[in-house]
Amino acid sequence: MDHLSSLENQSIFIIREAYAQFRNVAMLWSIGKDSTTLMWLIRKAFFGHIPFPVMHIDTNHKFKEIYEFRDKYAKQWNLNLIVAKNQQALDRGVCPEKGKLQCCTELKTNALKQAIDKYKFRALYLAIRRDEHGIRAKERVFSPRDEDFEWDYKNQPPELWDQYKTQSKEDEHLRVHPLLGWREIDVWEYILRENIPMVTLYFAKKGRRFRSIGCECCCNPVDSEADTIEKIVDELKTTKVAERSGRAQDKESAYMMQKLRSLGYM
Amino acid sequence: METLTFVIVGHIDHGKSTLIGRLLYDTNSLSGDKIDEIKKTSKDLGRQTEFAYLLDHLEEERQQGITIETTQVFFNTDKRKYVIIDAPGHVEFVKNMITGASHAEAAVLIIDAKEGVKQQTKRHAYILSLLGIKQVITLINKLDLTGYEQKVFDSLVEEISIFFKTIGLSCSYFIPCSALSGENIVQKGQKAVFYQGPSFLEALDSLESRPKLSSAELIFPVQDVYKNNDKRIIAGRLESGKLCQGQHIKIMPHEQVTSITAIEKFPGNIACAQPGESIGITTADSVFSDRGDIICAKDSRLQFQNVFSANIIWLSKRNFLKDEKLTIKCSTQSTPCKISRIIKKIDSSTLEVIKEDAQDLKNLEVATVEIQTKKPIAIKNFDDIQELGRFVLVRDENTCAGGIVTSL
Repeated sequence: MDHLSSLENQSIFIIREAYAQFRNVAMLWSIGKDSTTLMWLIRKAFFGHIPFPVMHIDTNHKFKEIYEFRDKYAKQWNLNLIVAKNQQALDRGVCPEKGKLQCCTELKTNALKQAIDKYKFRALYLAIRRDEHGIRAKERVFSPRDEDFEWDYKNQPPELWDQYKTQSKEDEHLRVHPLLGWREIDVWEYILRENIPMVTLYFAKKGRRFRSIGCECCCNPVDSEADTIEKIVDELKTTKVAERSGRAQDKESAYMMQKLRSLGYM
Repeated sequence: METLTFVIVGHIDHGKSTLIGRLLYDTNSLSGDKIDEIKKTSKDLGRQTEFAYLLDHLEEERQQGITIETTQVFFNTDKRKYVIIDAPGHVEFVKNMITGASHAEAAVLIIDAKEGVKQQTKRHAYILSLLGIKQVITLINKLDLTGYEQKVFDSLVEEISIFFKTIGLSCSYFIPCSALSGENIVQKGQKAVFYQGPSFLEALDSLESRPKLSSAELIFPVQDVYKNNDKRIIAGRLESGKLCQGQHIKIMPHEQVTSITAIEKFPGNIACAQPGESIGITTADSVFSDRGDIICAKDSRLQFQNVFSANIIWLSKRNFLKDEKLTIKCSTQSTPCKISRIIKKIDSSTLEVIKEDAQDLKNLEVATVEIQTKKPIAIKNFDDIQELGRFVLVRDENTCAGGIVTSL
C-alpha cells in the first residue's frame, strides 16, 4: 500500500474508533487545508455523509475568502454547520491589538468552551499534525481535557498500538487527532490526489501565498510562485521555511504555544 | 515511496535527542526558522547550541534538559521516508516511552560509552522484546569521550549482547559513534579506525519496512455498524487475508454464514480489499453483527477462548491487587476480565524474578500471567496476527497494562 493510502486508512480507522465510543461528537473546521482534508476523510469514513455537526470557531477576524468558502461548501456538502463565537468578548472589544494571548484565549479557546458547554459534545475531531509545531508533536491521538479544559501534558495516558483511551469521569471531553501522523507535504499530495477544493489564499498571487491560515490580522504570506496544487507540492519538497512562520501565535515567546495549548487552545 | 518508523530508546542523558538533532541537521531536514529558534533558546538559557531542543519543546524539558513526552519527527533519504519516535529515558516516563515504542517497526538503542549499560538501557531493551520489535540497531555513543578506544566499544557490545540473548532480542548492528560530532551517524567517520561497518543511516536504510504477515488468514474485526439509507454497513479494517465481493464469510462468535454483496468505499465500491484497508461491507443475508465480532473465512477454525497466558507490563502507579476487575481490549473486542494467576513477576531492568505466584503488581513490573475473560474472545499468537496477539488492560477507564499473548 502506498504512503498516502496507508495514512488515509489509518485516519479513517481513528475516526471510526472515536465515533464507536461517542455518538455525541463534532469536528472543528477552520476551513484551512488540514481540517478540510479531515472533513474529506470523515465523509469517506461514513460513506459520503457526516453524521455529526461541523463547528467553525469564528473570531470575526477571518479572511473574507474563508467565509465564502465555508458558506459555499456547507451547502454543497450538506453540512450540519455550527458557527460558534464568543459574542461577549467581541462586545467587550477584545482584539489582537490589545494582546494576542488574550485574544486567542477569548475568541478561540473560550468560544470553544462555551460551545462545548452548550452542545455537550463528548469528543471533538481536530486536524492538528505533529510536524506543525513541537508542542503538537507531543500529543496523543486521543487526548483528554479536564473540566477546566486543561491539557495535562506532563501526565498523558499511555496509548499502545491502536488502543485509544476510553473516556473517564474526570475528562470534560476528548480531543481526537486523526491527522496527527500526517506531514504538510502529505496533506498537499493527498489534496492533489483527491482533488479536494481549497481556499484560494493558499495559491500565490503577485509572488506571495499563505502557508497557514487563520485570522487575517495574525497571518502573513510567504514569498512563493506556487499558484497550483502541483507547484505547492514541489515547493514543499525543497523549502526551508517553516509552515507556521507566518503565524503570530508561535512567535510571541518561546512557550506561547505551550501556554495556549495547556489552557485548551487547538 | 515506503516509510519506516523507528523509535530511539536508552537511558536518560545517553544522547537520544542529540542523535535526532544530528540526524535532521545532517540530512538537511531543518528549516532556517527552526535552527534560529534553537540557537536563540540555547543562548537565552546560557548554553551552547543544543540540538535536543528540536524535540524537547516543553518549557520543563528545556530547562531541565530532559525529555518528558514522546515525539515524532520526520526526514527522508534517497531510499525512503522515516518517522523517528523519540522516547524519554527517565524512569518516570516509561509509559510515554512504551507509547512511542508500540508504534515502531524498528528500534535504536543508544548507550553512552562512558556511562555504560544502565538501568533504563536494560529496561528499554526488555520492553522492545516484550512489544515484539524484531529489528534493532545498537549505538555506542559519545565514543569521543573515551578517545575512540576499541576495547571500550568491544566490552560494551559484549555486555549488552549477553543481555539481549537472555531476553531474546536480536540486534542487527552495533555501531560506534558520536552524535554530538556526527561521527558514523550520516557519514562514515574517520576516528573509530577499528570499525568497518556501515554508518547509522546506512544501517537504517538496510532495514525492512513493516514485515510481511506470515498468515493469510482472513481476519476482519467489526469496528461499527452504520445504517445508511436502509443499508446496513459493517465497517472495519481488514487486518489480514483478502476480502472480495461475493466471498462466503462467517461472522464469529455467532457463526453466521453469509456472503458479501459489496465492499463499500466512498466515493466508489471496490472488488477486493487488502490488509490495512478501512472498508465497509454489506451482506447477502440480514445478519446481526456488532462491534467486536470477527469476520473470517467460511471454513475458518478461529478459536474463541476465555483463558490464556500472556506477558504484561503494569503501567499504573496504583498497584494491581489480585481479583481486581479489569477490562481487556484486543483489536475491537472488549470484555471484563481478571488476572487469575500471576505466574511470576520480574523486575524489568534486572530481570530478577521478584516473586512466583504473586498477589500484586507494581508500576513497571513485568509478569507472566493467566487471564480469564468473561466473554470468550478471539486471540492469536502475536507472530501470526499481531492485532489479535496484543492487548491492553483497562481499570476504571484508564489503560493500566499492555500485553502480548504467549500461549493459547
